[in-house]
Amino acid sequence: MGIIKAKNLIYNYIKRDEEEKVEEVNEAVKDVSLDIEAGQFVAVLGHNGSGKSTLAKHMNALLLPSEGTVWIGGMDTKDDDSLLEVRRTAGMVFQNPDNQIIASVVEEDVGFGPENMGVPTDEIWRRVDECLKAVGMTAYRRSSPDRLSGGQKQRVAIAGVMAMEPKCIVLDEPTAMLDPNGRREVIRTVRELNKKKGITVILITHYMEEVIHADRIYVMDEGEIAMEGTPEEIFGRVDELKALRLDVPQVTELAHGLRKKGVPLSPCILDVEELVGELVGIRKQRTAQ
Amino acid sequence: MITLRQVEYKYQEGTPMETEALHKVSLEIRDGEFIGLIGHTGSGKSTLIQHLNGLVRATGGDILYNGESIYREGFSMKELRSRVGLVFQYPEHQLFEVDVFTDVCFGPKNQGLSKEEIEKRAREALSLVGIGENYYKKSPFELSGGEKRRVAIAGVLAMEPEVLILDEPTAGLDPRGRDEILGQLARLHRERGMTVILVSHSMEDVAKYVDRIMVMNHGCLVFDDTPRVVFGHYKELEEMGLAAPQVTYIAHALAEAGFPVRTDVITVEEAEEAILCTLNMDGVGRMEKADGEGR
Repeated sequence: MGIIKAKNLIYNYIKRDEEEKVEEVNEAVKDVSLDIEAGQFVAVLGHNGSGKSTLAKHMNALLLPSEGTVWIGGMDTKDDDSLLEVRRTAGMVFQNPDNQIIASVVEEDVGFGPENMGVPTDEIWRRVDECLKAVGMTAYRRSSPDRLSGGQKQRVAIAGVMAMEPKCIVLDEPTAMLDPNGRREVIRTVRELNKKKGITVILITHYMEEVIHADRIYVMDEGEIAMEGTPEEIFGRVDELKALRLDVPQVTELAHGLRKKGVPLSPCILDVEELVGELVGIRKQRTAQ
Repeated sequence: MITLRQVEYKYQEGTPMETEALHKVSLEIRDGEFIGLIGHTGSGKSTLIQHLNGLVRATGGDILYNGESIYREGFSMKELRSRVGLVFQYPEHQLFEVDVFTDVCFGPKNQGLSKEEIEKRAREALSLVGIGENYYKKSPFELSGGEKRRVAIAGVLAMEPEVLILDEPTAGLDPRGRDEILGQLARLHRERGMTVILVSHSMEDVAKYVDRIMVMNHGCLVFDDTPRVVFGHYKELEEMGLAAPQVTYIAHALAEAGFPVRTDVITVEEAEEAILCTLNMDGVGRMEKADGEGR
């Protein structure tokens, strides 16, 4: 069993009237099964309302399944006794950094989580040092969070989650509110945590360029997993993705368009160097003829 | 037309905490333009747009609306605010009425219009953003993120502003939702001649839709030109925490690798055309006809 596993997960948002009678049932997640190996970088894509945030909230027991089961690190999230342990295993980072920072000094904010877990003081400081370093924010440790840019705040939020030493971090659209620089900083940080520390990453996003290095991508639609595979497999299906209200990185779209016009490129190109290399090669071949 | 002359804005002026958010910004917004405003977080772009409808008062310089100073005594700020509509970031957080239709009526109602006129405008505004009658009686909280966003924009459109300013209207929306909102804005601009100012962090979106880009950095207006010219300064943009669209980088990378191609492309279509053009010049054009659709 992987670090995160869901079997036949169903979640219904239930709307009740004043007498607690069920007025409306909205099936946000319908029968999702997945198994994520420890150490992987997994991306979840899907349009607004496709159920991806609902799915994410099951990964640290913020929501419990209406039907089916979710296991985090082997623990059933429905089991009350393991709730704290589940949340220590999987930490969450949300969209708006302003809603996640509570202390008035960066280092105190990062220490807040471990402090609440009863970690000894020396150990808290050790973790604060280490986590700030990992996200590249050591220089700002005594700054006030409100003086930071969006990307910096989001990196502090990530450090705060890391300080609790989770095995897995779930990020729900962490870059939606950031400028291009902020987006790059956050994605670079998350990739490093995954590569260097082996932390399992679940990244939910609307930016296709952010997921081209993922080990695996799940695409949600209407509460179900509509597509699953490696970035090459997923982004090779340009027309299907567009039908699901999604998109592909510009480089992939360009390569797809050129291929349609008869330029013999590989089926799924995800980065700039790859496209440049192939085009240069094609031109050399043609001009040599 | 809105004219800014040497506009300055300092937070907490005269105190030790004084910070300059805008530094001598001069610019002109002409009727019917579609303008993109870009800049990293904290560059002063939000402060700038709040000056345009008088929400923030400049600490130096002057702002003219159709030639008349908005700081002149007796100038009606209320009038200005109904002509220059401002849609804030995450405007759906400001929806508060019992249903969609009533919410959109709120703005025109405050303009003191007749009931018929209010309802007519609300209907029009909702249809402009693609919200059908079946939504009128729904609670705003039942809608999806993209729908809420569009209702909130309709609320500002119903006041029939001459200038519409939107602060990141597509943040947090899925790609199709982004295209829908931007497409509707482009239509408003085209069909109604509405002046639109779009604040965005997406260089790809800006490149695709606007005719002019203004770039803010540390409170100064550093570039003000067509998207092609502005994105030509991609290295300087990067130093400011911004970027050019990915296709611009592709074109530069190709040129550097010895594949001769125009480097001033800013959209996928342009890049495709430029690359095909190079291949065709080499006499590769034949394969287009021979192969037809992709393989």
